[in-house]
Amino acid sequence: MNEFKDLSLQGIWKNNPALVQLLGLCPLLAVTATFINGLGLGIATTLVLVGSNITVSLVRNVVRNEIRIPVFVMIIAAFVTIIQLLMNAYTYELYLALGIFIPLIVTNCAIIGRAEAYASKNGPVPAAFDGLMMGLGFTLVLVILGGMREILGAGTLFSGADRLFGPIADQWGIQLFTTDSPFLLAILPPGAFLGMGLLIAIKNMIDARIAAKSSAVTPKATRARVTAEST
Amino acid sequence: MKLTLSSSPHQRVRRDTGQIMRLVIYAMVPGILTQAYFFGWGVLIQSLLAVVSAVVIEGVILWLRKRPIERTLTDYSAVLTGLLIAVSIPPTLPWWMTVTGVFFAIGVAKQVYGGLGFNIFNPAMIAYVVLLISFPAAMSLWLVPVTHASITPSFFDAVSLIFTGFTTSGYDVAQLRTVADGVTMATPLDTLRTNLTQGLTYSETLTKPIFDGGWFDAAGAGWGYVSLAYLLGGLALIRLKVISWHIPGSLLAAVSLFSFLLYLVDSDHFASPVFHLMNGAVMIGAFFIATDPVSASTTPRGRLIFGAAIGFWVIIIRTFGGYPDAMAFAVIIMNMTVPLIDYYTKPRTYGRVKRTKTSRE
Repeated sequence: MNEFKDLSLQGIWKNNPALVQLLGLCPLLAVTATFINGLGLGIATTLVLVGSNITVSLVRNVVRNEIRIPVFVMIIAAFVTIIQLLMNAYTYELYLALGIFIPLIVTNCAIIGRAEAYASKNGPVPAAFDGLMMGLGFTLVLVILGGMREILGAGTLFSGADRLFGPIADQWGIQLFTTDSPFLLAILPPGAFLGMGLLIAIKNMIDARIAAKSSAVTPKATRARVTAEST
Repeated sequence: MKLTLSSSPHQRVRRDTGQIMRLVIYAMVPGILTQAYFFGWGVLIQSLLAVVSAVVIEGVILWLRKRPIERTLTDYSAVLTGLLIAVSIPPTLPWWMTVTGVFFAIGVAKQVYGGLGFNIFNPAMIAYVVLLISFPAAMSLWLVPVTHASITPSFFDAVSLIFTGFTTSGYDVAQLRTVADGVTMATPLDTLRTNLTQGLTYSETLTKPIFDGGWFDAAGAGWGYVSLAYLLGGLALIRLKVISWHIPGSLLAAVSLFSFLLYLVDSDHFASPVFHLMNGAVMIGAFFIATDPVSASTTPRGRLIFGAAIGFWVIIIRTFGGYPDAMAFAVIIMNMTVPLIDYYTKPRTYGRVKRTKTSRE
């Protein structure tokens, strides 16, 4: 079980795809104008990650090393297509809102990165768990950034929840304040960059606090990683 | 004859940062007063508000960063930034927008980058751009110059407008901007832009009431005098050797040149050089904003390029861009290129021969 605990910690905090590896920034910055958009893209990315990680892990002994990248990309593309069709069928409005960024999940480096760095070297169960945790870490950043920008830029939170959860979520949107002149910068692309920088700064600050508190013991990672900050 | 021996440095700095910043602030006084005469108490109230919030925000952030507070605050750079923001924004802007702008100038554009001397971008212009893209409607609500206004807000009206959005007698900014005939009056730059989209020509635009009573026809009412006042202050700064002539000189020359070229091509659709020089932020920008010692180029040749390029962008963005004025965008674009300009315009070291192609290895 220690392996799973480590995977969770790596995915959500220490090696977070968005905050530490800085992967998948294009969709991250582009769709996080609202909480629900962020959550929708986060869930879609997580599902693709889990699916592709399991499949890559299953075929890892069959696929020859020289052609592994095209094979991985095709696996990921297949899962992205599945997710895209599912969203088209069940969450049509969200599908329209996210637009090009759903098919673009296939180019999200976090996914091919996990396939290459973890799933192609481990069994299906840990690979699935790794995909889930990495996806959760990514989703977490998406919703925090989306929430921040939505509150600042529009004064609402969870608006458009029915796009993701169906008619029962009609009333979930909260109007925190109303204003004639919303802070448009938060909704515009610069707001995404500023918010992202702020989140990374906060994470580094918390890390520095923790490091200062327990500077004596530093746990040593046992697995080799392409992108980890320490080995 | 008495010869004294002393160790280097032999040439000492005659002015410290605080003195330079204070001189720049003094040079802005005529401009601010002229602006206050034409656009009311709001200008002075905004100045006070922006300066106080700039100093407070700078102090708080220095305290958070555990930096010397008193020494940094007495270099007056925060005060100057506050003043520059205050004169660039509409005088009746709600107070919280002003404070937001000041926060982005001091907190983000200056302190996040490491404080005075490390900021890549001109803090005041970052504030202006943040406000302009966040609150485009509020940022274009300039009052009508006092010579044209049917209602002139008093001091208490101005305070009330900034803090509540309404004058003491219940008018809002949009109503104050309406002149006697029920026509809303925009700034000269806005007027030209709107008229051109409606198919009017430049010379027809000049017959609009906003252009009455200017020094020249093309300088909008009030705006021409404000520009002249900043020009005076700027010339004083050059005379006192606080700023060099390179940036304002090349900037104004480039604005004149490029607007003149366009004017030659089609004088119906492009405004004259006088119009561009005397309206909007060109004068204050040339002497007070583009010459910021931190974010501007530092070599003489680099300064000429820097100023000329800002002038070029001002005309391009004003004429073809989406916003009426362009000083802030032009300055920020050129701030980004300063390291490159400085790299290629390094002055020749004294005693070294200029490198030619043949001597290059």
